Amino acid sequence: MMSHRFRICGLLLLSFFLVACGGGADSSRVATGNAEGVLHFGNGTEPQGLDPHIVTGVPEHHIIGALFEGLVTKNPYTLEPEPGVAESWDISNDGKIYTFHLRENARWSNGDLVTAEDFRWSWERALTPELGSLYNYMFFPILNAEGFAIGELDDFSDVGVKALDERTLEVTLREPTPFILQLFDHYSTYPVHPATVLAFGAPTDRFSQWSREDNIVTNGAFTLTEWQINSHIRVEKSEYYWDADEIKLNAIVFYPTENIVTEERMFRDEQIHFTNEVGLDKIPVYRAEQPELLQIAPYLGTYYYLINTNKEPFNDVRVRKALSMAIDRDLLVETILENLFLPSYALVPPGTLGYEPPKTFGYDPEQARQLLAEAGFPNGENFPAFDILYNTQENHQKIAVAVQQMWSETLGISAAPMNQEWKVYLDSTDNFNYSISRRGWIGDYVDPNTFLDMMITDGGNNKTGFSDPRYDQLILREAPAMLDQDERFKLYQEAESILMNAMPIIPIYTYQSKHLKHPSLKGLPANIMDYYNWKYVSLEASE
Amino acid sequence: MWRFIGLRSLQAIPVILAVITVTFFLVRAAPGGPFSSEKAVSPQVQAALEAQYRLDQPPLQQYISYLSDLVQGNMGPSFYYPGRSVDELIFQGLPITAELGFYALLIAVIIGSFAGVIAALKPNTMQDYVPMSLAMVGICMPSFLLGPSLVLVFGILLDWLPVSGWGDSRGDKILPSITLGAMYAAYIARLSRSGMLEVMSQDYLRTARAKGLPEYVVILKHALRGGLLPVISYLGPAFAALLSGSFVVETIFQIPGLGRFYVQAAFNRDYTMILGTTVFLSTLIVVFNLLSDIAAAWLNPRLRYQFNK
Repeated sequence: MMSHRFRICGLLLLSFFLVACGGGADSSRVATGNAEGVLHFGNGTEPQGLDPHIVTGVPEHHIIGALFEGLVTKNPYTLEPEPGVAESWDISNDGKIYTFHLRENARWSNGDLVTAEDFRWSWERALTPELGSLYNYMFFPILNAEGFAIGELDDFSDVGVKALDERTLEVTLREPTPFILQLFDHYSTYPVHPATVLAFGAPTDRFSQWSREDNIVTNGAFTLTEWQINSHIRVEKSEYYWDADEIKLNAIVFYPTENIVTEERMFRDEQIHFTNEVGLDKIPVYRAEQPELLQIAPYLGTYYYLINTNKEPFNDVRVRKALSMAIDRDLLVETILENLFLPSYALVPPGTLGYEPPKTFGYDPEQARQLLAEAGFPNGENFPAFDILYNTQENHQKIAVAVQQMWSETLGISAAPMNQEWKVYLDSTDNFNYSISRRGWIGDYVDPNTFLDMMITDGGNNKTGFSDPRYDQLILREAPAMLDQDERFKLYQEAESILMNAMPIIPIYTYQSKHLKHPSLKGLPANIMDYYNWKYVSLEASE
Repeated sequence: MWRFIGLRSLQAIPVILAVITVTFFLVRAAPGGPFSSEKAVSPQVQAALEAQYRLDQPPLQQYISYLSDLVQGNMGPSFYYPGRSVDELIFQGLPITAELGFYALLIAVIIGSFAGVIAALKPNTMQDYVPMSLAMVGICMPSFLLGPSLVLVFGILLDWLPVSGWGDSRGDKILPSITLGAMYAAYIARLSRSGMLEVMSQDYLRTARAKGLPEYVVILKHALRGGLLPVISYLGPAFAALLSGSFVVETIFQIPGLGRFYVQAAFNRDYTMILGTTVFLSTLIVVFNLLSDIAAAWLNPRLRYQFNK
């Protein structure tokens, strides 16, 4: 049996070797990063790409925000606009013409000057229908931009964007649109380097290689140096950036931390400074043991249920109200949601730059029962069974089960939770093939409009069949034309009251952003947009 | 022998063609398209996207263009990652997944056949029960349980090994390889045990012992060759399964391999990527099955005789 002993010895040796190789002596990435000024950042998923006019996701946003810069940026503490490529701007008295004065030292990463024509060219590219930009609607407040994007106008010179000279860009709006400066900090309005894009194909070519690590030319605080798909993306401080002296980090490494369990382990093992998410089940643990590592803040997003108002019996507003009033949101938040989220009674999250949504109803089982009886279903008798549709995910399921139980106990009606895979669920909702369907909406910018304009008649994101002429009038005509902020918010409150009185949606809770943050990471404050301005971020050695 | 290989290769063509055809039409029949998203897509944008990706053509024409591109070695652009081709994505992930699969298989073969052989030497004793019970646990334990448990012990509590990554820091390949290999090790242990048991009762072994050969020569030279035959035939499909089934391990350990692309492509309705990975992996499975048939034939004199006839 010699050979077996040999094998055992061999195996033991091998395992010893493997373990020795592993050795715990390596200093962590976080410690090395702190010494070298390199931020290791958990970024959720692998970005689809880095072309600002093509991609749409949050992980893409984080990276593109480091690589490119728009006309303005935002202060991460106040979310107020700050000068970006434009060092200043003038607004005409009627609020419709913005004249941006570009910096003389704003440069591309190849040394070229960033010009007003670069912006005009880039915006024409983003709006050209053939490109198929999903975010082209961000430009629609600009005069004739929508007409050009849907192919009604062929000549881009009709659109309200003019490069008056190398450093002056004039933008003419359809209506005053007071939140327009925020849109000029959205990545869909960032400039791209025309010569680079053209060197790799037509401006509207989605297969172009111009945004790959060897080709891309950018104008932001960082430049792309490494892009290993599904592994990491590394950006390094740009020497050509106009404000390079103010940048404290030398590099940022973005990791596609798709699995939140793995991400949390990476954080605990000091491989990353910041996580994209924290699992709901980990929240109580961290709250009890290391609350200082948690960064939790209200987020500009609402979790709600859509109601198919074309379908009986949900076409009766009394039924819709009864369903909504029968949900005890406080209990839901307390029991299932770890007391993390805020109960919600309207579509717009509270604290949206000073806007407070109206509260038109509350948890009221008595009135809910009464409304249902008035609608012809006393004690839920004869109410048809229906499904609560949600995309497959554990938390959606828990909520659906709880809501189903509340409806059953309070109203005596029977609903069944039903899950579908994401794309199937989208398909069902798009085709009105549902009764009640789970939904979440994250605002594109901090203004009630980003939520309320969803619900206009036949709006692409309405999905409920809700239609009210007064509502449309307020959202499409009156509010955009109103210059005074307080008056404008009153119009939005009126619109939202109309919406909540018709109850085509059942608001459930307001989102919270939640992250784990290493103590050495500074200048990355919580804010309602979960927005990061890399210029402010720094690392301090923990000792 | 060559005739056998040639025949089997020819048989592979209709198999792969059938895979392409079924996959091609099935992905298009699935609800939800590659461009559907939570945010509504305007009809103009939808039309522009469909035109760029040839989805505006009739399905049959799409199918024919796909086949003709494929024959020229072009699997088309990914629908989900603009500017990246399916070929590029597959060949970026493949070496990593292959390396992972190779280590996993190595671990599986070494540990599995060793455990199986020692169990077969003394059947129905503790030497049999212990490794076989462990093997049963190994088969039943899913990698999404084993992986995180290993990470918890070796990565976090003992801090010996990195918790994630592939080739980023020293020793980070160990835990994923063990996690992926464990189930296969367990399976191989059972295969080699039963293979050995069958061989051990054969006449030619009795002859070998009667000749007065030392026991280790009997086992290593005469018994193993026949006893491990089932393991050899299993290796081909196992390697192919390792390549296509590494998704969970790749996700747990943040490994940029092929398995993640494969599963994500399905969720994203990335038509060309689903097709590309399916075609690629089914070709691999066919090839590895062929290879293990050849290896089994080469090891088994009776089969070898038939081929050479």
